[in-house]
This record gives sequence, C-alpha cells and structure tokens, in this order.
Amino acid sequence: MTDQPLLSIRDFSLDFDTFDGVYHAIDDVNIDLHTGEALGIVGETGCGKSVTAKSILQLLPSPPARVTSGEIWLDGENFLTLDAKSIQKKRGIDVSMIFQDPMTYLNPVFTIGQQLVDVILAHQRLKPVGNRINKAAAKTRAMELLERVRLPNPERQFDSYPHELSGGMRQRILIAQALSGHPKILIADEPTTALDVTIQAQILDLIKDLINELGLSVVLITHDLGVVASICTRVVIMYAGQVVEDASVNEIFDNPKHPYTKGLLAAVPHPTQRASTLTGIPGNLPNLLDPPSGCRFRERCPLVREKCSERPRWTTLSDYHGIACWEFSESKHA
Amino acid sequence: MSTEVAYLTWRQRHHSTIRAVRLYARTFARNSSAMFGLFLVMLIVITAIIAPWIVPYPEDAIGAVHLDLKLMPPSWDHWFGTDEVGNDVFTRVIMGTRITLQIACTVTGIAILIGVPLGMIAGYTGGYTQEVIMRITDIFLGVPGLILAIAIVGALGPGIINAMLALSLVWWPGYVRLVQAKTLSIKNDIYVQAAQSMGAKRLRIVFVHILPNCSSPIIVKASMDMGMSILGAASLGFLGLGAQPPEPEWGSMISIARNYLPDWWWYSFFPGLAIFLTVMGFNLLGDGLRDILDPQHRE
Amino acid sequence: MLWFVAKRCILMVAMLLGLLVITFSISHIAPGDPAALAAGPDASKEMIELIRKEYGLDKSLPEQFYIYLKALLSGNWGKSIHTTHEVWDDLVEYFPATVELVIFSIFITVIFGVPLGVLSAVKQNTRLDHAIRTITVAGVAMPMFWLGLMGQLFFALKLGWFPLGGRINMMTDPPNAVTHFILIDSLIAGEFGTFFEAMHHIILPAFALSFPALASIIRVNRAEMLETLKQDYIVNARAQGLSTYRIVVHYALKNAMLPTMAMIGLRFGWMLGGTVLVETVFDWPGIGLYAVGAAIDSDFEPIMGATIVLGFFFMLANLIIDLTYAGLDPRVREQI
Repeated sequence: MTDQPLLSIRDFSLDFDTFDGVYHAIDDVNIDLHTGEALGIVGETGCGKSVTAKSILQLLPSPPARVTSGEIWLDGENFLTLDAKSIQKKRGIDVSMIFQDPMTYLNPVFTIGQQLVDVILAHQRLKPVGNRINKAAAKTRAMELLERVRLPNPERQFDSYPHELSGGMRQRILIAQALSGHPKILIADEPTTALDVTIQAQILDLIKDLINELGLSVVLITHDLGVVASICTRVVIMYAGQVVEDASVNEIFDNPKHPYTKGLLAAVPHPTQRASTLTGIPGNLPNLLDPPSGCRFRERCPLVREKCSERPRWTTLSDYHGIACWEFSESKHA
Repeated sequence: MSTEVAYLTWRQRHHSTIRAVRLYARTFARNSSAMFGLFLVMLIVITAIIAPWIVPYPEDAIGAVHLDLKLMPPSWDHWFGTDEVGNDVFTRVIMGTRITLQIACTVTGIAILIGVPLGMIAGYTGGYTQEVIMRITDIFLGVPGLILAIAIVGALGPGIINAMLALSLVWWPGYVRLVQAKTLSIKNDIYVQAAQSMGAKRLRIVFVHILPNCSSPIIVKASMDMGMSILGAASLGFLGLGAQPPEPEWGSMISIARNYLPDWWWYSFFPGLAIFLTVMGFNLLGDGLRDILDPQHRE
Repeated sequence: MLWFVAKRCILMVAMLLGLLVITFSISHIAPGDPAALAAGPDASKEMIELIRKEYGLDKSLPEQFYIYLKALLSGNWGKSIHTTHEVWDDLVEYFPATVELVIFSIFITVIFGVPLGVLSAVKQNTRLDHAIRTITVAGVAMPMFWLGLMGQLFFALKLGWFPLGGRINMMTDPPNAVTHFILIDSLIAGEFGTFFEAMHHIILPAFALSFPALASIIRVNRAEMLETLKQDYIVNARAQGLSTYRIVVHYALKNAMLPTMAMIGLRFGWMLGGTVLVETVFDWPGIGLYAVGAAIDSDFEPIMGATIVLGFFFMLANLIIDLTYAGLDPRVREQI
C-alpha cells in the first residue's frame, strides 16, 4: 500500500503506574490504518491491543495510564496531544468505538432510545446553534440508525431498557450510537466475544456491509482468528505490548513467518483433526512489571538466540508483509 | 520407604490466616482517618477503665455539693469548669465515659444477641418462618428509632436500665436484616451445598460456615452502632428519660446545663464535645474496618 | 408500574396495622394495673372491677386490640393528663409545626447534599474534597441537641443573628391558617414581613435537625458517584463524545441517586426522631415537644398518639421514596 495511511500510530509506548510498580504495557508500537481497510489487531488477553485502541480517543484513566512516547496521527493532528475539550469533539465524529460487553456498556436506567438520542444531540452541540436539529428530528434520525443496524422492531424497542434486550440487539445499539456522528473510522474492541456464535456472524456481516455502504475504515480488535478470517483485510499481531507481525489476511494465514504467529495458528484446533493433545505455546506471558529486554517473546521462542535481547529491527518482507524478528532481518535486505 | 509424618508447625498450618491478618493490619494502618478513629476509641476505653484513679475530684461524680465553687469557668483547678452544685465538670465527663461505654456495649450486645440468630434462622430456614420474622422486623424498622425508644421508656418509666432496654429493642431489627440477606447469599454458595451433601447437621453448617462469613458486616455495623447508640442514649438522657442525675451521663448533664447558657457555656460545651469525639471515633473506626473487610468499598 | 404502586400501598396499610400492634403492646407493658390507675388511689375493689369491665380490660388481648382499633378509628385517642385536652386535638394542633420543620430540613438536606456530594466526587482528592469530607465526618457524629444548643449560643445569643426559639415572635399574629404552614400561609396572605420572620425562626432549628443527615447524604452520594463514574457505560458515553457535564449530571447522577435515596429514607427516620430533641431546644411547638412533655410525666396516651402519627408519617415518606426509586430504576419495578 503506497497511499498515505488514514490513521497512523507511531512509536507509541505507554506505562501504567500501579501499586506494585510501573507496568510497561505498550512498547514502541507502530500501526497504520488505510482508508477502506478492515484492520484486525490480534493477540492474547493482556497483549495491549485494547489499551492501544482506547488510547486513540484518550479513554484510559490518566493516572494510572501514562504515555511515554509516540504520536497518533489523524488528519494532520496528533490525537495524543489534544486537550480534553478538543478530543471530546473528535469522539464519535472522526473516530467511533464500540466495546466488548454491550450489557455493561449501556446505562441500565435509561431506555436505549434515550441513549441513542442523547448521543445524536451531543454531536449536534458541536455545530453552530442555527444548524442544530431538534429533539423530534433527532428521534427520527435515531430510528433511521436503528433500521440501518437492522434492529428488529425499532419502534417498539425504542422505549425498551437494556436489560430487556438480547446481547445481539444491544450490540447493534452500540453500533448505532457509534455511527451517529458519521465517523471515518470505527474501532471495534472485541465486539463479538460476549455473543453467541450465530449472533457473532450476524454482527460481523453487519460490520462488513457498513464498510461497503458507508466507506468506513475499521479497526477490529480480537483474539479470535475466525473473526479475523471473516472480515479483515489486513492483520497486526501483538504480543506483550509489541507488534510482532503485520500482513494482509491472506499472507497471515497462508504464509505466517513470526514464531508467535505460527504458534497461534497451530493452537487453533482443526475441526476434523484427530490429535490426542492440543498444541500450545510452552511457557507463560512475561511479567510486564519487569519485561524481558528486546523481543518480549524470546523466553518462549523456539528460534531464540542471543541477539534477541536487542529489539528486532522492523523488516518489510514484501508490500503486504512486515515482521519484527531477527530471524528474518539478517537474511533479507529491508 | 519411610512412613514418617512431617508435623507442620503452628505457623505453617495457619499461614494463610496469618497472612490475611497482616494484610488487614497494613491496609488499616495506611488509612490515617481509621487510625485516628482507633486512637479516639482506645483513648475513651482506657479512660473509662482508669477513670476512678485519674479524676481529680472523685466525689463530684456521685453528687457531692460545693455551692461555694458553683459555676466557675475553666481554670487550672477545674479544667472544664464547675457546674451548678460546684462539681468539677472534667471529673464528671471522665466518669461519664464509663456509663457511656456501658450503655453502648450493652445495647449493641443485646441487639446482636437477638438480631443475629433471628437473621440466620430467617435466612437459612426460609419459607413461613422467614416471612414472619422479616415482616416483624420491617414493622419495627418502620418506626423512627428515637420515637420508639421514647415510647418504650414512657411506658416503663425513666431510668438507665429502661433506656438500655428501649434502645436494644430499637436496634435489633437492623441486625436481622443484615444477617438474613448475607445468609441468603451464602446459603446458595457451593461450599454450603457441599457440606450439606456430606450430611453435616444444620447447626454445624450454621456455626462453621455461615456465621464466620457474616462476621465482617456484623463487625462493621457493630462499630457504627456503638456510635449511634451513644447518640441515642445521650438523646434520651438529654430528654430526662435516661440516666438520672446525679449520674454523670453526658446527655443528662447537658439537659441541666442548658439552663445556664450562655454565660456558663462550658457546662454544656464539654459533655457535648465528649459525645461528639466518642461517636466520631467509633464512626471512623467503623469506616476503616469496612475498608479492610469489604473490599468493594475500597477507593 | 401501577400494579407496583397498588402493591406498595397495600403493604403500607399492613405495616400501619403492625405499628398499632406495637403501640398496643407497649401500652400493655407499662407497670401497674391500668384499671387501678384509672380508678385512682382511693378506689375500692368493686370500683376497680367496674372500671376494668368498662374499659374492656377483662377481655382477651385480641379483643382488647379490636376495641383499641375501633377507638382509634373513631377519633378517640385518649386524653392527655398534662394538657387536659383530647390527644387527637393536641396532635392536630401540634402536627403542622413538626411537618413544616421536617420538610424544610429535608429540603435543605437534599438541595445542598446532592450537589455537594457530586462536587466532592468530581473533584476527588482536591483540597475542596478533603474539606468537605472532614466536615461530613464531623457532621454524622454530631449530637443534634448539642448542635442546636451551640447554634443558639453562637448565632442567637452571642451574635444575635437569629432568634432563640419559637416559630415566630410572640407579638406577631400568625397569618390565616390555610395550610397551617406559617411559611406558606404568610406568602399566600401576602404578609412578607411575617414570612421573613418565620424564615428567620426556622433556620437554626432546621440546621440542627438537618446537619447530620446532610453530612450523611454527601458521603453516600459522593461514594456512589465515584462508583458510578467507574462503570463501563460511562466509558461508552465518553467515547461517543458526551461532555463531562452531561455525563456527570445527566447520566451518572441518576444511577448514583438510587442508593442515595435509600439513605435519605433512613435519615428521614432519624430526623423525625430528632424533632423531639430540636423542638425541645428551640421551643418549637410541634409533636416532639408534646411527646417529651408527656413522657416525663409518664402520661402515655399522648406518647402513643405521637408514636402512631410520626410512625405513619415515616411510612408515608418511605412509600414516596420507594415509588420514586421505582420510577428511576426500571429493574425494580419487576420485583415484588
């Protein structure tokens, strides 16, 4: 891809100041999102994918989170340096986010209709007074959004409370909220993890259609490779706060290079496989209070050597494939 | 192969308990307001214990009369001044700690002795028994506490014993509610079902499994209640319905002192200050205990 | 929702009945033989028996309770020894003063308590927060009567800013009794001078009555706001671009108010009890003062009457709070 990325995370590092010490959650991460892409960020729980995503809109509580380096560029602005008022104007308008468990992310004492209208009206307040729509128009717009996200029976559901709806319906409402400001980018933080498999498929289809209909660019955070395979066009693999591999979805599945990626793919049980044991990756996640220097995967890597204690240089294997691993940077020229 | 059995030391066997206690102590010590509360409470308790030996004018506590010394302002001889019969207010306030603590402990103690078992029975047995107990509890809680206490004392006649009885009757329902709710939630926990499936008798389950798990909220509530019952007792005393003069009870002292405002203000001020500090001490202690015993409330 | 309201009302009637059982029981634990007491010290045995029969004291307890209920419902609440009036008449006379004081105090508690709690939570750990927390810690420990006395000492006697007691000056004519609330009646009659005077008189007692409750509400509201602001739905609201003001005041507050309302209910009970103390200190002519006067003389028809009235008032307040709670939180409406 040679065109300019839409969203660019550069050299981003973040720490958490905790009671037990400084937790080095994110280490020098570089991620680009291009227009029209569906980028998947994949990794185990705790690898920092969600933290990275939330940092874009400054949603992490600021003590204890602390950015130690890097920039996040969108439209020529560094989102990390924006003050509170400015970033509030970006939320829902330039970048929107949906979250993992729609039950806890909706307020139980307001109807879903009210919550949707509130978001619409909040976006309206950023416009000059003359251009704002009123409550009735906001309600109409809310209905349109509910139809667009394919919520069954929108008129009746408008006055329902979150606890009266199913998980899939709630997730559609979160998506409706996220779309209300016509954002360019949608970040979906594990949107299907809390849902049943059949509903997962529906939501993923919805997201795919929205990408086509609205020209959205999507960042999809997940630990489920099946989800990645269904809608992502490009994949970034993260481990322990570092990006280890970055490739198109075909390359990742057909031609994985990084030992961690390979281990991840091998660990997925094949439905017709008749193995007696499951393949795992030996060892445990490193303790990020005192992480290993250089490549954080080296303590579990079958290809480890001395040089790995030094941070691997990023190697571009091809236009569609980048990797952080010494195994691949010495034998190829960047 | 050797059949020697390794005997664990006491420390090793109780390792997890010791660790928990140390964690509690450390968390508590970090909380400065809780430590202040503990300090106040210990001060009051120790004062109550050694009171007869530290007061400068012990005879004033039981009603000596020195009209020549009456209504003198605070001085080096009389730190809190004197009252209308010449008694040293400081002495009476210090001796009053004994009555106050006595009332608080008795009322809270009786309330727990009645309320906790009833709560456990209600929660564990369920059904008709639970309904009856809880409805009675609700009715008692539907009457404002001090009013009910006044009604009971009004029927029985003023006096410290009747006041304690009345206050106990006001306080026990709170424990029933607390313990019943906790028992209900514990009852369905796995380890109780496990015990039942192994054939443990009901009484054993109640004492070994349910009671220890209720103890934290009971301890927290008891600490808060000590403070509240002191306010209740002082209120009854102020109204003339509790301890009677010449008993040096703080509330009744204030009811008499009231007539001597504003010129002889020390007579009302110091007993009230004593009430305030004692209640605050128990409240802060209770808050601190809740912070360590109920992690959900930690900030 | 309507069904919920109906259920709660029926429950309240049952509770009221229970209250009457309690007052009935209390009047029977009084030492001494009520018939002998009623007959007087010189009565003969026959006289005592006659009186026993007349008052139905020889019947079984449930029958006596039934007689008791009938008497109450027909307005016969007994006679007060020390005022020599019918208890019912006395209660009617003294009730408005207490209600006015209590409602005014609850008003202060909620109007100041909720915003201060929110402020303290939003500005957590700042100097303002610490100042508020220190005052609230002191406030809940404060004996109401002592606070009232100290208030009189400073603000009335030493500084002369407020009067010492009573509802209005002795020389002033009260306005035409429409609601029996001097504050409202004076406004209706257009007598603004009287209104300000009444306001002047109610402030100190209301302050003494409400201060511990105010402190308690601030504490609870602050804690609940802090808890609520950590919730996921607040993160979502921020992510969708809602302003901090809207999130705090519109969203979070509604969730935090639920346990706060429960505390308001609890504190209301203590306030009703506190009227006894505050009315005594400030010579406020309400039910509290009336009940205390009766209690000291062991004149217990008035005490029972006052207990029933105040108990009923408390149950009514709890009903309103429960209904408001259900109005705010839809999940409650489905419970019993």
